[in-house]
Order: sequence, then C-alpha cells, then structure tokens
Amino acid sequence: MEPLRIYERLKERFGERVLETIEKKPDPFVLVDPDALIEICRYLREDPELAMDCLSNETGVDYKDHVEVVYHLFSYGHRHGAVLKIKLPREEPRVATVEGIWKSANWMEREIFDLVGVNFEGHSDLRRILMPEDWPGHPLRKDFVEPQEYHGISTVRESPIVRLDSHKKKPA
Amino acid sequence: MSDATEPTLRTEEMTLNMGPQHPSTHGVLRFVIRADGEVMREAVPDVGYLHRSIEKIAEKVGYHGFMPYTDRVDYVCAMFTNQGWGMACEKLAGIEVPRRGEYCRVISTEFNRIASHLLTVGLMGMDIGAMTPFLHALREREMINDLIEELCGARLTFNYMRIGGVAWDLPPGWREKALAYLDHLDPILEEYNALFSYNKICIQRLANVAPISAEEAINYNLVGPNLRACGVKWDVRKDMAYSAYADFEFDVPTGRGQWGTIGDSMDRYMMRIYEMKESAKILRQALTRMPDGPVLAKVVRNFRPPAGECQVRVESARGDQGWYVVSDGSGYPWRVHVRTGSFAAMGIIQKLSRGLMIADLVVLIASLDVIAPEIDR
Repeated sequence: MEPLRIYERLKERFGERVLETIEKKPDPFVLVDPDALIEICRYLREDPELAMDCLSNETGVDYKDHVEVVYHLFSYGHRHGAVLKIKLPREEPRVATVEGIWKSANWMEREIFDLVGVNFEGHSDLRRILMPEDWPGHPLRKDFVEPQEYHGISTVRESPIVRLDSHKKKPA
Repeated sequence: MSDATEPTLRTEEMTLNMGPQHPSTHGVLRFVIRADGEVMREAVPDVGYLHRSIEKIAEKVGYHGFMPYTDRVDYVCAMFTNQGWGMACEKLAGIEVPRRGEYCRVISTEFNRIASHLLTVGLMGMDIGAMTPFLHALREREMINDLIEELCGARLTFNYMRIGGVAWDLPPGWREKALAYLDHLDPILEEYNALFSYNKICIQRLANVAPISAEEAINYNLVGPNLRACGVKWDVRKDMAYSAYADFEFDVPTGRGQWGTIGDSMDRYMMRIYEMKESAKILRQALTRMPDGPVLAKVVRNFRPPAGECQVRVESARGDQGWYVVSDGSGYPWRVHVRTGSFAAMGIIQKLSRGLMIADLVVLIASLDVIAPEIDR
C-alpha cells in the first residue's frame, strides 16, 4: 500500500486524532496526536491489511520550538512502510513508550532519551545509553553547550594553527 | 555427587564484568554478566565507549564535509556508509547518479562486503579458539584492501564516494585484477568450508546456540544476514532495488537450519559464506557489463538541498542501514540519524543470553557480527 493511502486509512479510522498528512517530497509523513499514539500504533500493527510488524527506526529531532519523535514503520509481509510523527513541547517532553508493541523500541527510545531528552512513560529500562550517566544535558538539543571539561578531562584542545593566526583579526 | 552432600551445597550468583577491553567483544564494549557457575542468568550490554557524536558532527560540517566522517560510522565496511549518505543527499536534492558511477558504487561496495564477511568468518574462528581461520581470512582480505587502495588510496576509511557518484573511475588494468581475484576467491571459500565451517568442532560450538525465530527477529528489528538466517527472505538490494542492483541476477540465501535449528549461530555464520558467493556473482556481472560515461554528476560545491526529509535504506554488510536526514534548506543538515544493524543486534543480546553458557556469549556476539563503532556512532 502507498504511504498516502495508509495515512488516508488512519484519517478515516481515527478522525481528529490524526492531525495532518504532510505530502512534502521526498518522504510524506503523518502527524498524530501523542495521546492516541499507542492506539494508532496498535492498529497499524494488528490490522491485517497494514500489518506493520517492524519498527525500523525511531528518532528524536529538536526543532528549537518543539521536539518531534519520528517512527519509521515497515511491514515485511506487505513490503510497505509509513512514517509517523508526534510533536511534543520542548520543556519536559513526554510520551508513552511503544516498547510493548515493538521490542526494538527499547534501545531506540533509550537513545532518544539520552540524546534528545524525551521521556518515555512506561519504558522498562529508561537509562542513558551512549553518554555517561552523569553527563549534563542532552547533546542533540540545538541549545546544548558542550562542557569545557568532564571529570578533569579537557574537552577542548588549542589548535596550533589558530595560535599562529592570532595576530590576524579575531573571528566574530 | 551423592545425595548426602546436596543440602550443604549452595550455589551463589556471581556478577562478572566482561570488557570493555576484551578480545572477543569486537571493539570496545562491555557486558555485565550475572551468572550461576557457567550458566548466565543475564548479560546486560553496556555500550557507548566508542560514541563519537557523529550525528552531531553532521550538523556542523555541511553535506560534502560529512562524507569522510561517515567512514567512521562503520570502519569495517565504510563503503556502505559512504553510499548511504550519498544516496540520502541525492534523494533530498533529486540528483541522478551517472550509470557508470552506480556501477562503480556496486563494485566497491560488493568488494567491501566480501572483505567485511571475511573478517567475520575469521573472527568467528578466533573467538572459539582457532587462530588459523583468522589468518587465512585476513590473507584474502588483504588482497581486497590492496585492490581498494588502488581504487581510492585508502585501505580502511575510504572516502571514495561523493554526493552524485564516486570520486574516481577505475584505474587502468584494475578490472582484470578484480576478475582475477574473484577467480581466486571461489575455490578459497570452499577451502574455508573444508577447513573450518564443516569442521566438527565448529558445528558443535555453533549449531543450536541461541536460535532466533523469524517473528522475534522482526520484532527486535534484526536486519541483513542476521534476519535472513532466521528464514526471512528480505534483501534491500533485491526487494527495494537501489543503485544498479536491478541489473544483476543473484540469489538471496536464507537460513535453512541444516546443522541444528533455523536461525541458530551456525546459520548466521553460514550466511556470510553464502553472501560472499553471491557478491562474487554480482561483481562478475558488474565488471563485465560496465557502461561508459562519467562517474560523478555535476553537484554544486555549495550544496543546499531543498527543505524536506527522507530516509534511505542501504544493504550494508551488517544489514539494512537506514539514513534519516532532515534538511532545512541551508548548507548544513538539520538532523542526521543512522539506524544501524549492530545497534539492533545488541538490543536482542540481553534476551538471548538468558540460560546461555558464558562461552556461548562469545559465539553469539561473533555470529551477530556486532561492530562496536556502528552501535555507538
């Protein structure tokens, strides 16, 4: 089934709770209500004509005024895919976990929690995965400022080239 | 042991640390193992030791500038990460790669796939205590490294591809060398099978260890050879043919479980041997049928794809690699995410480890072909 046809089906079935279908090239996607996420995902997985048995990718994106979580779904049986998105507020974003529907969400949600700072409610093991446990902030947030040092280890190194150029005008 | 001693015999659960520097964990990664004797209750993976924030770097260096960094996502098969990034940018900007450029991509990636699988096969031998297969496999891998070095000047982090094609055409005389190598490879693979794969010790160590069912594999998002070993016939090259793959005839081998259960470690190991043969098949067709023409499309230096987002999927040596790129219309990508095969494979280890012997954990990691830089990025 074509992605746009899948989004139409979702719209017919869930009405208001499917917010918007965006037909932007190259990949169109559908924006859904975060509160209806679990219900929609369960439908996508269990409906025999859709049968999205694989959550192939889950990503968090920071857009400065809001945070998005993107779900790339795929069906091995029907060989079609869909892209689902939810918009969350930037302050304390939280959404229900889809771990109960697709097991692969476990690690991907840990990564989003670690790097983008989205809280997944009901997640079985929500810990940092790539960064150290005591790392400040979430590195893939656009306003993240890298700390100058971590446990006495400097994260910056002076460049000898910059030093040689220091008599020239300073970069703005 | 007699019954009389049993009430006094008490076993205690141990917590063991494996890694981060451990020869069989294929890079810097760590497991916390709770074990009762030799049997594991659970092995909890701890990753992130090789996290180099590649996705963050992408937001700072621009589209062309990110290409050398993609090599570091998976340095064992860097051609695929090059291609994934190139394809994502081309899809965003609607660039068409010249036909000869696509053929160069197929040739370089398939050679890289063989090199990567040779390493996996060799490491499997080393991990279960046989050093010789490793040396044999590396010998053949070196020859591919020589070929690729002649092609692009590097042996590991290639930076061969560009947005819109590849950097250089095949050098003079390279085609003949490549074909000669393929003639050399076919009997060598049979030799590996005779030497190692069908060896009784190898089969006993690998067969029936940690089988994965097809449903479970899909649920945990296993991809590539690991998924096909479970009996799912799915190959991005075949089913969502990208680049020039529609031009070639090749089979998609799947696990049949002739040594034990479908989807066990032996099946996963054998997938690599089968796939090397298929890659050789593709390479022969590509090398003999190569069209003439340019290898690189004209792409502006100040590359600014229109605002939008896309995901492309590339069949890398470790399976379906997904590149998700968001562009805001500027010269720097807004967000780049790589979904890699090793990341998904690590996610299933905790579940599979329950009730497994500690020595089998090593087999499980080797058979899933986990590469640490690809997990952590």
